[in-house]
Amino acid sequence: MRKAIIVDDEPLARSVIREYLLPYPDIQVVQECNDGFEGIKAILQHQPDIVFLDIQMPKINGFEMLELVEQPPAVVFTTAFDEYAIRAFESHAVDYLLKPFSQERFDIAMKKWMDRASPLAAPATHALLEEAAQSPQQNQRIVVKTGSKIKIIPIDEVHYLEAADDYVKIHTKEGAFLKNKTMSHFEKVLNPGQFVRTHRSYMVNVHLVTRIEPYEKENYLAQLKTGAQVPVSKSGYAKLKTVLGI
Amino acid sequence: MASSSPFATLKNKAIYAVAWLAWALMNVRLLREWGFDWDVALADSAVNNILLAIMTLLVSNHLRYYRPKKGKYLYIFAVCGIKSILSMLAARYILTQLFAGHTKYLDFLHKSMPVRLDIAFLVIICIALMSELWYTLQEQKEREARQADAEKLAREAELFKLRQQLQPHFLFNSLNSISALVTLQPAQARKMIQQLSDFLRGTMKKEENQWISLEDELQHLQLYLDIEKVRFGHRLNTDVYSEESVRTMQLPNMLLQPLVENAIKFGLYDTTEPVTIRISAQKEGSYLVIAIHNPFDPETSSPKQGTGFGLSSVQRRLYLLFGRNDLLATSHTDNQFTTIIKIPQAS
Repeated sequence: MRKAIIVDDEPLARSVIREYLLPYPDIQVVQECNDGFEGIKAILQHQPDIVFLDIQMPKINGFEMLELVEQPPAVVFTTAFDEYAIRAFESHAVDYLLKPFSQERFDIAMKKWMDRASPLAAPATHALLEEAAQSPQQNQRIVVKTGSKIKIIPIDEVHYLEAADDYVKIHTKEGAFLKNKTMSHFEKVLNPGQFVRTHRSYMVNVHLVTRIEPYEKENYLAQLKTGAQVPVSKSGYAKLKTVLGI
Repeated sequence: MASSSPFATLKNKAIYAVAWLAWALMNVRLLREWGFDWDVALADSAVNNILLAIMTLLVSNHLRYYRPKKGKYLYIFAVCGIKSILSMLAARYILTQLFAGHTKYLDFLHKSMPVRLDIAFLVIICIALMSELWYTLQEQKEREARQADAEKLAREAELFKLRQQLQPHFLFNSLNSISALVTLQPAQARKMIQQLSDFLRGTMKKEENQWISLEDELQHLQLYLDIEKVRFGHRLNTDVYSEESVRTMQLPNMLLQPLVENAIKFGLYDTTEPVTIRISAQKEGSYLVIAIHNPFDPETSSPKQGTGFGLSSVQRRLYLLFGRNDLLATSHTDNQFTTIIKIPQAS
């Protein structure tokens, strides 16, 4: 017996999938979720073999939900229409179902999964999430997990980012949050007019910079409105000056 | 394209004919005073002026079809000069033939040729310049009319496009809901197809900038809300309130739908709890004022993000229709976002 979870904010959309799963008696829908929060909990609790995941959902979308799952299960995406999502899917050959879809199309996705071909491959999922993170909806916020809670940080509330081993520390007025990403990921995703990589391990929100002071030789410190100080390397100083227009 | 001729109207034709007749009679009088007989005076005046009148018509017509841009006035002068010489040569030939033995008249005719030529030139150039002015004005009017037409078309196209903007999400998700209902509740599926069809038909109405009553607009909106409720039934509540007295007030059709769509999206995707969208309409002075409220989460989204496509398209439509940017306003309290729209009523 294999376990499936359906995450979609529309009950009728979930019932279509449940109906299409009837010909698969060895797959059991262990839970249906209304949103990404429920989805994360359900995945942790049930460790499903496959997740049917909608993209546009309340608060956090399907991609953001998946980012917060340590070891994502096999995923079949379902969406009505989303330019960015579809572009991401196509460039990474991950299977997705465009609503409304037929039983035949659904069966093809299931076959792919059973043959262990597409909906599963972890590197593809990873690349897909990278691409999706650049969509206009997602690059305006960062979704993090603190303990069992999920926090959505609007981009304007980020003071600066700091590399910390395999994580990036996101500093905000409510403290620092860890996100399982790299600095270069954020460099790619965030608006370069607002966030500047001033140092190998630091990125700063330029809207908050009040002063740049010399510090040791060829190094500087950016003083933020919040009182924090962020290291600036020689090349970071040049980048910062360009963005600030000085 | 040639402009219409100044002689196209009966009135202008009559004025032209009368002017020539008066001028010809003046010539007759002058010749009589100089001692010529009636037959000579009448013939001289008739031959001269008929030829001249024909030449002026030719010049005017010529300028109508051939519109020189460069060296225009030099060109007109040359044409008029040639035409006046031609007309005088013809007149001299005809009159010489007519009065072959009349030496006193022939003497006078030859002596007066330079004066006749000058007068002919003046008359022809006068008509030519008047015609030129007429055609230039005509062209300008046509250009302005074309420009106004083009602007009107562009505006209509833009308004049409703005009205037509329907989120594809809405359509595909509705079809997906129908797909589910077909096996679960066939009757409900049929009802939803009906609602969706009625809604789409309303959206595609031909009458572009038609104004409709609030009552009709709300009825159309209700179709949309009913469809959304099938999709989000468990979470979406709506509360539409309008006073009896405002229901006959007018507004541009399909104006509210994008605002409500925006409010629903904002409300449903920004919270996980049940959501109530409130719509209320009332009269304030000479305005129909409609307010749309939706909840939002102040922690995760700044209300600025609510100014999505819906709001900007409505803002643009109001500007195109009324030339004003102050008819749409948004405000927010802790967790309620409000969009207020004012529609001026023709008094």
